[in-house]
Amino acid sequence: MAAGQQWVLVEMVQAFYEAPAYHLILEGILILWIIRLLFSKTYKLQERSDLTEKEKEELIEEWQPEPLVPLVSKDHPSLSYDVVTGPPSHRIIVNGKECINFASFNFLGLLDSERVKLKALSSLKKYGVGTCGPRGFYGTFDVHLELEERLAKFMRTEEAIIYSYGFATIASAIPAYSKRGDIVFVDEAACFSIQKGLQASRSFVKYFKHNDMEDLERLLKEQEIEDQKNPRKARVIRRFIVVEGLYINAADICPLPELVKLKYKYKVRIFLEESMSFGVLGEHGRGVTEHFGVNIDDIDLISANMENALASIGGFCCGRSFVIDHQRLSGQGYCFSASLPPMLASAAIEALNIMEEDPGIFRVLQDKCKHMHKALQGTPGLKTVGEPLTPALHLQLENSTGSRTNDLKLLRAIVDYSLDRQIALTLARYLDKEERFLPPPSIRVVVTVEQTQEEMEKAAQCIREAAVKILK
Amino acid sequence: VFYCVSECDFGKDRSSGLNWCVGRGCLGNHHASCTSLYKKPFVESFEETPLLVAVLTYMGYGILTIFGYLRDFLRDWKFEKCHLAREREEQKDFVPLYQDFENFYTRNLYMRIRDNWNRPIHSVPGAKMDLVERVTPDYNWTFEHTGKVLKDVINMGSYNYLGFAENTGTCADAASECTVKYGVGVCSSRQETGNLDKHEELEKLVARFLGVESSMVFGMGFATNSMNIPALMGKGCLILSDELNHASLVLGARLSGATIRVFKHNNMQSLEKLLWDAVVHGQPRTHRPWKKILILVEGIYSMEGSIVRLPEIIALKKKYKAYLYLDEAHSIGALGPRGRGVVDYFGLDPCDIDIMMGTFTKSFGSAGGYIGGKKDLVDYLRLHSHSAVYATSMSPPITQQIITSMKCIMGEDGTTLGQERLCQLSENTTYFRRRLHEMGFIIYGNNDSPVVPLMLYMPAKIGAFGREMLKRNIGTVVVGFPATPIIESRARFCVSAAHTREMLDTALNAISEVGDLLQLKYSRKNRHGREGTDLFSYLESHQD
Repeated sequence: MAAGQQWVLVEMVQAFYEAPAYHLILEGILILWIIRLLFSKTYKLQERSDLTEKEKEELIEEWQPEPLVPLVSKDHPSLSYDVVTGPPSHRIIVNGKECINFASFNFLGLLDSERVKLKALSSLKKYGVGTCGPRGFYGTFDVHLELEERLAKFMRTEEAIIYSYGFATIASAIPAYSKRGDIVFVDEAACFSIQKGLQASRSFVKYFKHNDMEDLERLLKEQEIEDQKNPRKARVIRRFIVVEGLYINAADICPLPELVKLKYKYKVRIFLEESMSFGVLGEHGRGVTEHFGVNIDDIDLISANMENALASIGGFCCGRSFVIDHQRLSGQGYCFSASLPPMLASAAIEALNIMEEDPGIFRVLQDKCKHMHKALQGTPGLKTVGEPLTPALHLQLENSTGSRTNDLKLLRAIVDYSLDRQIALTLARYLDKEERFLPPPSIRVVVTVEQTQEEMEKAAQCIREAAVKILK
Repeated sequence: VFYCVSECDFGKDRSSGLNWCVGRGCLGNHHASCTSLYKKPFVESFEETPLLVAVLTYMGYGILTIFGYLRDFLRDWKFEKCHLAREREEQKDFVPLYQDFENFYTRNLYMRIRDNWNRPIHSVPGAKMDLVERVTPDYNWTFEHTGKVLKDVINMGSYNYLGFAENTGTCADAASECTVKYGVGVCSSRQETGNLDKHEELEKLVARFLGVESSMVFGMGFATNSMNIPALMGKGCLILSDELNHASLVLGARLSGATIRVFKHNNMQSLEKLLWDAVVHGQPRTHRPWKKILILVEGIYSMEGSIVRLPEIIALKKKYKAYLYLDEAHSIGALGPRGRGVVDYFGLDPCDIDIMMGTFTKSFGSAGGYIGGKKDLVDYLRLHSHSAVYATSMSPPITQQIITSMKCIMGEDGTTLGQERLCQLSENTTYFRRRLHEMGFIIYGNNDSPVVPLMLYMPAKIGAFGREMLKRNIGTVVVGFPATPIIESRARFCVSAAHTREMLDTALNAISEVGDLLQLKYSRKNRHGREGTDLFSYLESHQD
């Protein structure tokens, strides 16, 4: 109403007159400031580059990338591979020379087994060669399900899962469980596939000295102190220890009972990689858990590849269903890759059958390993690295020349000398720049169940002669 | 002559006769019609999701989420039996291995329709297959095999583009011989004693097939990417990767340690902008120039059915001196008049592509992957690839299968079987896509791609489609989140040269029936013959 409005206006004017001077001045300044802000130009960030169009075109013209790959010298020692004609069986033909095979990981001699070949053939006649799809999309064959059941039964665990490539097995398993922010304690001698799995997982990785339980305990204690500082965070960070049963780089066995004790003391889960020890250690070939008599449920995940003792292709993980089932949806190498060709799965099943029917071969293999280890002791200039039970030991130079290339040349000369005398050996290969803890150069000597005493003696003799001749 | 809808002048390059339009209102697809790089029309369509469908889909997911929370609550308070595997008693005080919320989707949504995946088969994954019958007593938590087998299910899901998944014929015979002679395993890596003469034979053949200087083969297709990209790229390099690249490419790029930038799917303007930024501004903050730039693309994208715009990418790559890595997992053997992949399809020179990668799983009926390129590149990979040093090489019968099937495709086995299959595949593809389009479904992708995604959108329809098709004896693949964006679930058909016209007709009739039942015919384009009045068809019909 007009009268009410007028009355309010009068009140306002009155308040205006009665206000103290400083109040009016302050209000006036604030109003002026607001008006200035409203009307001033917005603050522009300086343009990222002051280049003109012409200069930009010139930059595009001038830029030269590095060549896609650096030049490789034509006479690089590893460039020409040794060519194997025919199957890499006990009698192998390398570069045209027939030799006795001391280089392929054919521990149980199943590569030449007629039974395995027949089974693979019958599977080929039924299913064809490839699977044409990943496991989720009509790539699951009943042979895969059978192989998974058989592996789980053999290892006495609840469940097993198969991968189509040995390298991808542990490299997909680790990132499925360990994510950014989790902590993994790894042995320094861990193989390359474990290192790739750790890199893909983006977790914190802490290395402890090879097989040194005190170093591991020190790291675990440090972590415990960290946890006490921040208990809320500690309740969600997962912790893992990743070890190998039989290390491929160092050829010795991990101390599993101590690890299990540490597991329960510090509440860490254990992932065990058994590629070299599956089908080798233990009374029935079940690996390092059987060797030490450790309860298999104490190990959270066992991963192995089927490319060594089982002489097939692929890999598997086994453990409790609680752990393994997770990989069916989050293991990258499982979900996004074609499944294992059924003939290879059938070959693996038959190999398992042979292993189960005749557990005596593991004893035979272990005896042969011990024999070979003893025979190679005392080679002048070379030291035998590895435990007596290991089927794949390393021969390293006792006194290195100082440069890795020269060491490799000397070892290659020994290998060539042996090849001429019908013993097939090989250099242990590594990616020099990519390995975290590069092992020293070595020759790999593999013991298989098919080698006879004479052949092993001959090999040891040959290596001794070569060492004397070349390393004098 | 071309029609450019909006006037923009960024990056016009008159000297090479190309016109790049990046600017306001430019449509990505019209470049196909207007540049002179394409020898035949490049027709791709990704029809937009109808609004009502999108709303209903979100509502569907919302209802499922609410029910999910309810069921979790009931399970926690023991009102409902919990079928999930549990942690060991002795390890109850360990940090939990999984967080509950990570598996929410798996427990409550995936479990309901889990019977559509991992269906075990009992025969060759050819055009017709035998499925093992499964029943579930407890709503998909466990499955039991009844012992019966569903015979002659039409297989629209396996990647069997040229029909080489067979257990009889020359390929199978050759593989059998090889098994008897060589055995199955290799037990060593390529650099040690795993390099068989068969591998060298295969590598020479692959190089000849692709038209490159030299090639190298690996035991697993996934591992080919994840082990070789890190060998080629490192810190200080830049990788430009397509939005929808496969997990193996993403993993390989991540493991390499290079900087990764993503461009929109098949969008050349987005790629050019990134390239331009990279060359002009260099590395972030320091502005040092990049050591190398690598563009990662695939030949056919398996979830979209789209084909890469290779001529434009090659032109861009030459202009900005980048390197190109082409992953032809699905396109090798399936595209092109001679089956040599997407390079053959566009009629380009294989020397233009720096790294040609592919897999043998799809069109060759085998397993494994290859990388082909210049001799320097392959020599470098022989020394530095992770697979050559640490991983077991390919099994001999697998190698033999590839050799036989590749020779068949090339026509070197003395028959015209390869050429017939290639023609059959492209006929089947065209027919299948045309019929589905006429029926009114929304189909994504290029008209020539044998991968046909059919949109389902709603979560319940994913399960319903898979089950209804199985009732009609047709095996299909359905995909949902997280392989696709959450509202864009789809059914994906893979056309094969082994499918006869009758099989396709049976499948199409069944799809139409199920489509009517589930109301899947969402498409709003004109169906009978003429495509409709959108811009793409206008430009196509006015192409010079």
